[in-house]
Amino acid sequence: MPDSSLLDQVKDFANRPNPYPVYAKLRQNPVSRQDDGTAEGTWVAATHGTIARLLQDPRVSSDTLPPADRPRTGNPLTDLIVKPLKDWMMDRHRVFIFRDPPDHDALRSAVMHQFSCARVQAMRARSDALVTDLLEEKREAREIDAVDDLAYPLPVTVICELFGVPREDEPKFHGWATQLATALEPDSLSNTEIRAKNSRTFDAIGGYMGDLIREKRRHPRDDMLSGLANHATPAGVKMGDYDLIATSILMLVAGHETTVNLITNGLLTLLRHPDELERLRQDPTRAPRLIEELLRYEPPVQFRTRRTLSAIDIAGVTVPEGADLVLLLAAGNRDESVFPDPDRFDPDRTGTRHLGFGGSLHYCVGAPLARFEAEAALTALARRLKAPRLIADPPPYRQGAALRGPEHLRVAIDGIA
Amino acid sequence: MAALERAVIVGAGLAGLRGAEALREAGFSGSLTIVGAEPHFPYDRPPLSKHVLAGAIPAESTALPHGLDADVDWQLGTPAAGLDRRAGTVRLADGRALPYDRLLIATGTRARPWPNPHEGRLAGVFTLRGRDDAAALRRALAAGPRRVLVIGGGFIGCEVASLCRKLDLPVTLVDPGPTPLARVLGRTIGAFIGAIHAGHGVDLRCGTEIEWLEGAGGRLVRAHCVGGGRIEADIAVVALGAVRNTEWLDGAGLSVDPGGVDCDGAGHVLDAEGQSDPQIAAAGDVARFPHPLYDGRRVALEHWSHAVAQAAHAGRLLAGAPPDAAYGAMPTFWSTQGDLVVKSAGLTQGADAVVIAQGNPATGRFIALYGRAGRCIAAVSVDSARWLPAHAELVAAGAPFPPAGAATDRPKGVAILDPGFS
Repeated sequence: MPDSSLLDQVKDFANRPNPYPVYAKLRQNPVSRQDDGTAEGTWVAATHGTIARLLQDPRVSSDTLPPADRPRTGNPLTDLIVKPLKDWMMDRHRVFIFRDPPDHDALRSAVMHQFSCARVQAMRARSDALVTDLLEEKREAREIDAVDDLAYPLPVTVICELFGVPREDEPKFHGWATQLATALEPDSLSNTEIRAKNSRTFDAIGGYMGDLIREKRRHPRDDMLSGLANHATPAGVKMGDYDLIATSILMLVAGHETTVNLITNGLLTLLRHPDELERLRQDPTRAPRLIEELLRYEPPVQFRTRRTLSAIDIAGVTVPEGADLVLLLAAGNRDESVFPDPDRFDPDRTGTRHLGFGGSLHYCVGAPLARFEAEAALTALARRLKAPRLIADPPPYRQGAALRGPEHLRVAIDGIA
Repeated sequence: MAALERAVIVGAGLAGLRGAEALREAGFSGSLTIVGAEPHFPYDRPPLSKHVLAGAIPAESTALPHGLDADVDWQLGTPAAGLDRRAGTVRLADGRALPYDRLLIATGTRARPWPNPHEGRLAGVFTLRGRDDAAALRRALAAGPRRVLVIGGGFIGCEVASLCRKLDLPVTLVDPGPTPLARVLGRTIGAFIGAIHAGHGVDLRCGTEIEWLEGAGGRLVRAHCVGGGRIEADIAVVALGAVRNTEWLDGAGLSVDPGGVDCDGAGHVLDAEGQSDPQIAAAGDVARFPHPLYDGRRVALEHWSHAVAQAAHAGRLLAGAPPDAAYGAMPTFWSTQGDLVVKSAGLTQGADAVVIAQGNPATGRFIALYGRAGRCIAAVSVDSARWLPAHAELVAAGAPFPPAGAATDRPKGVAILDPGFS
C-alpha cells in the first residue's frame, strides 16, 4: 500500500487532536500537489505567504460546489420537473461563501449593512449576561462539559437573537447546522450520501426560513432578518427570497459551528497552559490578545477550499486551471517565517497577521461576534471555575477536519465562584 | 572622493526626511543639515487634500513621525538658492553657504500657479500643495461658499471636487481635456471616473477652459470661460499640476530642466556632460531617472511611495552603502476621491490598449489593465484595491496582454479598448 498523501493525513481522524506536525511537513513545499484519488489531485497551500496571496488572487474562485443534484424519488413528476427546478434554484442562490464577485459582494454588503455597530454592541452586553446565566445553571456541579454547557449554547443564542429566530425554535437548528456544516469538509462534496442528506436538510431549514421571512415581513422586529427582508442597503441591494433564505442559513450555520470551537479550543489551551489561565484570571484585559493568539494557534476553521479559474504560477509550481485548492489557514498560522517559535502559545506576540478569520473578500463576517463571545466565555471561565482540571487530554474530537474542535470538553471543578 | 563628514539634504518633505533616515541607518555619523523652504518640519501631504479639507484633522496634525536623532541641523524657512559644486556648497536664500561632502536633492514640486498673477491673488483663489494651503482652503470651505470652482481635472482636482460633494457644497470641475484624469489614465477610464463623480453631483465640464477670473473688491466673484459662459463661484481651486523646484540648480552645471534633475540608474545626478556626480543624489518628485521596468525610459514620479523608496535608496547610496540593484520600484499611487479609491501600479503612459480586467465601470468598481505592444504595463483599480496586487504582478512580469484565462468577475472575452491617450 502506498504512503497516504499528506492531505489524507490531514483528513485522517487519528490526527484530529494534533494535525500540526502534518501541517509542518506540508509547509516544506509552500504549494504542493497531493494525491486525492483523482487524476488532477488537490493542491495545498500551506505557508502564510502563499495563502495570503491566493486569498486575493482573482484567478481563485470560491465557487467550489458541484452542481446541485438532489436524490431522485422515483416519482416522475418530482424527478422530471420539481427536481431540475429545485436544483437550478439551488445553484443560482448558493450561500455567498461559495460565490464570487460581483454576486458575493452584493450579498455580503447587504449583511454587513444590517450588522450595525449598535446591534453588535447590544449583543456584546447580552453575551456577558448569557454566560452568567449558563454558569449559574452549573452552580452545584463538580464537572462541566464546556461544549454542551457553554461553548455551544452561547453562540447559538447570540446568532438566533441577532437574526430574530424565536427561542423555542433554536433546538431545531442543532441537527440542521451540524449536517450543513459538512459542506466545508472536502470529501463531503464527492460523497453522494452526504450530499443527499445536505439537500434534504437545506430544504427543511429553507422551508423554515421562508416561513420566518414571511413572518418578518408581516411583523417586522428589530432584528437582522427583519432588516434584510424589508430594507435595501444605501446602494440599493435588496435580496430576493431565495438569496435571503440561503444567506440566513449561512449565518445561522456559521453561528452554530465555528465559535463553539473557538471557545472550546480556548479553554483547552488555557488548561494546558495554566500560567496563562492564571494571568487571564487576574487580568481580564488580556483577553483580546489572548483570543487573537488562539485564532492563530488553534483556529476553528483550519482550512478552506477554492478552485482555480486559470493556471497560477506560485512558489515555483504551476497550479493548473480548474484545480481544487486547499488553503491551509491553520498551517499558515504556524509559519515560522511570520511567527517565530510558531508552536508556542504566546498571547504577548506582537503583530497579529493570523489567518484565523481567513482573509480578503471572504474574511469572516462574524469576526466581531466570535471575538466578544470568546472574551465573555473565557474571562468568565477563568474567573469563576474553581480548580479546573481536564478529565481527558486530548478530549474527543468532532469529525470535521476543516471545522475542527472537541466534541466534548469535560472539566472537573471544585465549584463555580 | 571627498571625505564623508558633512551631508546636506535640500528639501524637508517626505523624500528629504526618508533620505536623512536612510543616511543615518546606513551608518553616516557626520553632520547632517536639512534645508526646507517652508517653516514646517516634514509633514505628510496625502491627507491635505482629504482629511484636512474634510475637517477631520487640523493641517498641523500631518507632521511625519521620524527616527532622526536630535543631532540634525534643521534649516527651515530658508529655501536653497544655488549650488556651487566646485566649492561644494549649497547657497541659501539668506546668503549663507552650507558646505557638503554629500548632497541629496529632494526639493520636490510646487503647485502650478494661475497664469495671471493678479487674478491668482484674488481672495477665494487657492492652490493646494502645502500644509498652509490646505489650512486656508479648509477655512474657506468651512465658511460655506456658494459654489466651488475646481480648475483642472487631475487627481488633486478630482479629490477636491469629490470632497466638496461630501461636504454638500455645490462644485463645478472644469478641464480643457475630454475627460478628467485623461492625461494619466486616458480618456476611456477617465470618462468612467468622470461619470461616477457626475453621479455624485459634481458639475463636470470637460472641454472647458477658464479664460479669466473676475474679482470685485479683491474677491473672486466668477470665472469666465473661453468662448463665453460664466461660472458664478466664490472659491476657485487652481489644480493645474505641479512645477518641479529646479530653478535653484541653474548654473550648477547639472543636467536639469523643468522636467527634473537627471540621475543615473544608481541615483547619482548627472552633470551637463552626462557624467555622474558621486557626491550628489536626487530623490522624489524632482528626480528623473531611467526606470528599469520601462526599458530605461527616463521618468520623474510624483508618488508618495516612490518618494519613500527612492529616498531610502539614495540615502544608502550617499552613505557609501549602496543597495545591490539600481532603483526600480514599481511605481504606485493612490487617490481618494470622495468615497472612491483609485489605486495604480505601473505607468500608463504609452499604453496602446486597455481592458476592464475585473468588475464593471457601471457599478463603479473595476480593474483596468493597460497594455503596450502586447505586454501588461499598468493596472488601475477603482474601488477594488484588493485585486490590484495580483494585477501588479502581471505588470512586474511584463505578462502578455490582454491577460489570458478566466478570473472572478471578469467578463468572458474581455473587450480591448482604446485607452484614449493623445
